[in-house]
Amino acid sequence: MAESVPAESAHAHDHHDHHEQSFASKYLFSTDHKIIAMQYMFTGLAMGLIGAFFAYAFRMQLAFPGMDVPFWGQVSAAEYNALVTNHGTIMIFWVAMPVLIAAFGNYLIPLMVGCDDMVFPRLNRLSYQIFLLSAIVLIASFFVEGGAFGGAWTAYPPLSAKAEYSLTPLGSSIWVVAVALEFVAFLLGGINFVTTAMNSRAEGMGMYDIPVVIWMIVIASILFMASVGPLVAGAVMLLFDQTIGTNFFDPDRGGDPVLWQHLFWFFGHPEVYVVLLPAMGITADIMAVFARKKLFAYKTILYTTFATGVLSFMVWAHHQFVAGIDPRMAHVFTITTLLISIPIAELCFVYIATLYKGSITLTTPMLWALAFLFEFLIGGVTGIFLGASGADIYFHDTYFVLAHFHYTFFPIAIIGTYAGITYWFPKMFGRMMNDTLGKIHFWGTIIPFNCIFIPLFFLGMGGQHRRIYNYENFPELAGQGMQDLRVFATVALLVMLAFQVVFVINFIVSLRSGKKAENNPWRANTLEWQTPSPPPHGNFGSEMPKVYRGPYEYSTPGREEDFWPQNAPS
Amino acid sequence: MIEQYLPALSTYAGDIDGVITLIAVLTGFWYVLCNIVFFGFIFRYRAKSGASEYITGEEKELKRWVTIPHLLVLVCDLFIIYGAVRVWVDVKQTLPEQPYATVRVVGQQWAWSFVHPGADGKLDTADDIKTVDDLHIVKDKPYIYELVARDVLHNFSVPVFRLKQDAIPGRVIKGWFTATDTGVYDIQCAEICGIGHGVMGARIHITTEEQHAAWIAENTPANLATAPAAPPERKPLAATALAAR
Repeated sequence: MAESVPAESAHAHDHHDHHEQSFASKYLFSTDHKIIAMQYMFTGLAMGLIGAFFAYAFRMQLAFPGMDVPFWGQVSAAEYNALVTNHGTIMIFWVAMPVLIAAFGNYLIPLMVGCDDMVFPRLNRLSYQIFLLSAIVLIASFFVEGGAFGGAWTAYPPLSAKAEYSLTPLGSSIWVVAVALEFVAFLLGGINFVTTAMNSRAEGMGMYDIPVVIWMIVIASILFMASVGPLVAGAVMLLFDQTIGTNFFDPDRGGDPVLWQHLFWFFGHPEVYVVLLPAMGITADIMAVFARKKLFAYKTILYTTFATGVLSFMVWAHHQFVAGIDPRMAHVFTITTLLISIPIAELCFVYIATLYKGSITLTTPMLWALAFLFEFLIGGVTGIFLGASGADIYFHDTYFVLAHFHYTFFPIAIIGTYAGITYWFPKMFGRMMNDTLGKIHFWGTIIPFNCIFIPLFFLGMGGQHRRIYNYENFPELAGQGMQDLRVFATVALLVMLAFQVVFVINFIVSLRSGKKAENNPWRANTLEWQTPSPPPHGNFGSEMPKVYRGPYEYSTPGREEDFWPQNAPS
Repeated sequence: MIEQYLPALSTYAGDIDGVITLIAVLTGFWYVLCNIVFFGFIFRYRAKSGASEYITGEEKELKRWVTIPHLLVLVCDLFIIYGAVRVWVDVKQTLPEQPYATVRVVGQQWAWSFVHPGADGKLDTADDIKTVDDLHIVKDKPYIYELVARDVLHNFSVPVFRLKQDAIPGRVIKGWFTATDTGVYDIQCAEICGIGHGVMGARIHITTEEQHAAWIAENTPANLATAPAAPPERKPLAATALAAR
């Protein structure tokens, strides 16, 4: 397909985009990577609204137990479990994955490696369609008898495997089916990303000329594809246990519940890096542009990312220290987990070093990128407490864990996404976003975010464990001091959610009447900025770009301009 | 660090808190250092302070500012691994050679029940004392617990002991604790186990040996049979709390 496209797209350009396409074929059944990226992004953001609404509902219950939550009503124990379960599931599988990997991957890979579309455009379309189906299936689980699944996003059997334990006979099965479908969608997408980035690069673009964000998305796709297999097998086993009475996870009939945990976390831990890497890539590109600096030690970044990817397959059982595995195994996983701090620390150091002797402009995307680093660092150092077996005995399943991974996933899924959207918005829609509104939204998100989760660290240190709809039943957790912290966190959440309206307004107003964006408003080097905003169908018009240098040649000595596009002949 | 929030009442609680403090100090140092450099660069190298300098990051004299800290992080990791493993071996891989007694801890949806040895000090004899929601132990005596689950996963968590262990149906998991002071504290279920997870609490009663002997005498099944006002079997806390909803 791709081989035949250059001629075809040149032709398309002469005739203004395939004559008149109907709305449906242009926006719903398009095979254009940019449209599919938008589909993924808007679906992901819509799911994000649902996930945020769930968080609002259960945080209100925690702060004011038994209250009639506006727009929800009383939160029962069963509903509370369903809300936390699906908040986690949605935010990871239906927000972080589609937005960071699928939306940015789809949008950026062809544009940044300089080709006209994905290698398998129809596979790409199928990937989105399956993803959309999976989202609908998941939401449907809230409307069936017994309600949505409430056994936590980790779905440990036997609770998840037997309706008499979970009390959600249909909800559990629908949940498993939705998750499995979502994996299929991303397997299809992943194949496309890796193939396109490896095979369709513009003439002259060597391996070390690929922008870091593309490398990170490619490595993330490989991690995903290599880790998801065991979990898909596990999901099928779980579905069979639920529906046709097999007993893969039932100890009374020869099964083993801990087996699921291994399958789940063998995928689950690499999954953290699957979403982390694209966000780190976005951050790297933005930091280089707004510090007008070459990325510090590009090759080191690549190699440490590879190292992180390999190591991420060897740490999974740190989620299971106290889960009844052979206690001697904890030593192995403590060591590998602590070792993974080495490449991650290296990445943080290198990112910070990129700022050294730069010329930093604090635009909205740059603020988001810097905030990513700042917040992720907190997530990183608090992870050490949990990776060290001895300390994890106490912290396991407390709010310390919860606060820790929100300090990783929030920077990834929310900050990374906002960084990416504010940075590429001019390219995507041909208009600039409002910088003042952008900064109001930035501070209105970052400050409340810390106000939500720092108290949760303290609650976790106080022993507050997770997935409890009402702490009044535990005398050590029912004190006024702890309740005050819960209220504080919930109020901060309300403030943060309110500030998201600013973003929506900024998005819509800029889309309709923002300042027209030039081709390259940030004066960046990478190829996507060397084509009109928004790029036409086929991306680069009749002449495909030719690459002469790496992506980060900023402030090169002896040049008048402080940037040097990859495709500019010397 | 944790003792500010919760008393440390087992022989190993202090060690676990120690590991946590060690990690806090080491990571805290790196965290603060990173932030000083990070914010320092942001303020020092703002656009108005001049143009940027061309640095590839491959220069030896610059790269060592990354490599040396990097090796130091590795050294810190080794300290943390050593501390964590030492505590882990003590808490999870050893059992007291001469335990004072063994208690059975049973998790089920949604209550904890406990089997205590009676006056003979042995489990699975006629004088065992079974309770729901209340575990009675003696201070300063090493106990072995046998943890079982009847239905789904549960987690036997005694925060003041800094102890957590999953209970898995089909297995008996053994562990130990020695309480260092008397009092009544929380037992919590720390693994989601269904809609009653939020009410699956129990209490641990740590007493002196004399008090415990008295409790045994009072609750031995043989004595209860003759006693006129035998306490009715208590309904699990969870059942009552859920029914109240």
